[in-house]
Amino acid sequence: MAFSLLLAACAAPPPARQPAAREIIIFAAASLRDAFNEIGGRFEQTTSSARVRFNFAGSQQLAEQIKQGAPADVFASANARQMNNVISSGRVTSGTQQIFVQNRLVVVVAQNASSVQSLADLAQPGAKIVLAERAVPAGQYALEFLQKASNTAEFGRTFSQTVLANVVSYEEDVRAVFSKVALGEADAGIVYTSDVVAGKDNAVRTIAIPDDLNTLAAYPIAALNDSENAALAKQFIDFVLDKEGQAILARYGFIPVKP
Amino acid sequence: MTATQSIQSESPRKGRTPATRIGGGARALLLLLSSLLLLLVLLPLIAIATRALPILPDALAAQDARAAMQLTLITSGIALAIIVLLGTPAAWLIARRQVRGWRVIDALLDLPVVLPPSVAGIGLLMAFGRRGLIGSILLPFGIELAFTTAAVVIAQVFVAAPLYIRAAVIGLRRIDDDMESVAMVEGASQWQVFRHVTLPLSATAMLTGSMLAWARALGEFGATILFAGNLVGRTQTMALAIYMNFQSDPEAALALALILVLISFAVLVLVRLLARIES
Repeated sequence: MAFSLLLAACAAPPPARQPAAREIIIFAAASLRDAFNEIGGRFEQTTSSARVRFNFAGSQQLAEQIKQGAPADVFASANARQMNNVISSGRVTSGTQQIFVQNRLVVVVAQNASSVQSLADLAQPGAKIVLAERAVPAGQYALEFLQKASNTAEFGRTFSQTVLANVVSYEEDVRAVFSKVALGEADAGIVYTSDVVAGKDNAVRTIAIPDDLNTLAAYPIAALNDSENAALAKQFIDFVLDKEGQAILARYGFIPVKP
Repeated sequence: MTATQSIQSESPRKGRTPATRIGGGARALLLLLSSLLLLLVLLPLIAIATRALPILPDALAAQDARAAMQLTLITSGIALAIIVLLGTPAAWLIARRQVRGWRVIDALLDLPVVLPPSVAGIGLLMAFGRRGLIGSILLPFGIELAFTTAAVVIAQVFVAAPLYIRAAVIGLRRIDDDMESVAMVEGASQWQVFRHVTLPLSATAMLTGSMLAWARALGEFGATILFAGNLVGRTQTMALAIYMNFQSDPEAALALALILVLISFAVLVLVRLLARIES
């Protein structure tokens, strides 16, 4: 008896979403955390009965979760690769993704690490560098920067190799890189300019990466095609691409695509 | 914890017939309910095994996977040695109530077991990081712990030591005080008493505890990733490699997961066997 009850309880369909409060779940790159939290708040204020829930993590982790069937309505990735990863799983239709913001890399240096004053100093023996994991967009972009620098006479061919030998940890997302530097545990790390604005504190110094070596990271956003609230998901994406959404992103150090 | 508790409760009851008899129907119901739970526990492990077995040889040939296994075995081995070396005296003091406030120490020692790993990791950073309580004192001497293999060991000791101490305390408390007193009266020195009476009588409990602690150290994840970071060959243990690979190379993650399951299971079986030998 109890067993059949238990089975019945297991088999019962999940309770239907309350029509009164429509809810969408946004999977967004870790670098978007602060900007999207604010956008989400504004969206809820301006859209009646809308609830927005966020899952922030490294884009590669989010892509994997979506591929494994995690419930989500919108995916905002920090690079095309992880968006394509999801497209190949069939949950996002190719061509529906739109670039909504851009970001640039910057080197952050801990206040107590006086030995790192320039980009070239990243190759100094003993400098403790943290990067994001290769699968993380920021990690991939950082490797690209090091490679580009190695192809210039200014830095020399061994630059990338020497810097990589100084890496003490590959972190799971770009925010973890920033935290380790801000805590002073690592001397320097490579993050997005938006992370520094988000960090807000004076725990780090920054060293700019010149345009010719930098990568303009383009963030694609798309609604999942099995979304139960497709209309609301589309509304959220429109909000992000609209004036107010873009202004909020700009305030958090991102480069808006619609200035 | 469960295993140490079971040692405590199992041994005196061994060989007794069940105290209460229940009817066939009730028994079937209990069986059914418990098999549901058993299924929940076993299914993920079975799923890992079925998916990982065919790809195991290839995945294990990968250099990063080998580095992770090697690092995990070495660091957990060192952690275990430290735990036994420092934990045995601690267990003895607690068991013999030799220190003031032993109850408080006793309770504090359990804290790492119940704390979330993220708290452990942040705590270790705040203590041993460059700006940490101890870390900032060590820095001028050129000693930095964060992001090193030593940090991996420290994290493992932190989370696993209580398991050993708890088991050892229980083992030591079960030894009849008289036995030690008699040996003392016969003229044995304190060290001789410990070496020839106390240690042999509590050896199984200590062995059980050290196996549990080792298993815990093998699987340590959260404190390691925060405090020691993630670098292949230096700080990337199996648990970290599984997590990181899951995002880029799920097959490698599966294979390592299976290995970790097998090792941990072997350790737990060993613990049961030891407990049985003792009783």
